[in-house]
Amino acid sequence: MVRIESKNENLYAYLSGEIDHASSQSMREEIDFEVEKYHPQKLYLDFKGVTFMDSSGIGLVMGRYKQMEPIGGEVHVVNTSSHIKKVMSLSGLDRLVTLE
Amino acid sequence: MEIVNEVNLTIWSKSSNESYARVAVSSFFTQLDPTVDEITDIKTAVSEAVTNCIVHAYRNTVGKIYITARITADRYAYIKIRDKGCGISDVKQAMEPMFTTAPDEERAGLGFAVMQTFMDKVKVTSAPGKGTTIVMTKKIRPRRNNG
Repeated sequence: MVRIESKNENLYAYLSGEIDHASSQSMREEIDFEVEKYHPQKLYLDFKGVTFMDSSGIGLVMGRYKQMEPIGGEVHVVNTSSHIKKVMSLSGLDRLVTLE
Repeated sequence: MEIVNEVNLTIWSKSSNESYARVAVSSFFTQLDPTVDEITDIKTAVSEAVTNCIVHAYRNTVGKIYITARITADRYAYIKIRDKGCGISDVKQAMEPMFTTAPDEERAGLGFAVMQTFMDKVKVTSAPGKGTTIVMTKKIRPRRNNG
């Protein structure tokens, strides 16, 4: 699930539940819809409510980076658990997006 | 390796079964009194292997995924995940990080890398047109009683 808020030209996507191949598709569609609508300067992906994530979560972040890059925007990944950090560290994502 | 318990599970290769498969397999291993981190590691590795069967092995079709979970006397969690799908022609290449045949679907190509990171050993055998078998093991260390 994802709840999205727009504040001060930035977009905040609060992800929750489990992120896997089955659930990531609807999340990315919802986020992309809002990014296209608002063209935010920064997209914050908040993982606080995420209880499980496999490598589908990496695809989710990389895909949003590819969507934000052409419009000159940044992606910030925030509130990740140690497990999520461990999965993300395999991908070199920290070179593309800001992990906070 | 002496087997002390085993379960066998057959599921259809549907995305909606990914969550069931990883929860069912990881809950079987709670008999070993693992840590939360160990259970999460197993859950993640199973999720990757089952997703590979759905996304790659049975692409555009639905087939059966055969899962065996075993506990051995020396506290190893053993997981075998087998499909009868398209198979992999070059296993070495498929296991390279970031290699994917499905970039349009935002697959990161890190499924095998995740399995190798979260489990102690991962062995992949495959034959094109016949299917793929993944065997993964992880030692579950006895917990000290901090009393």
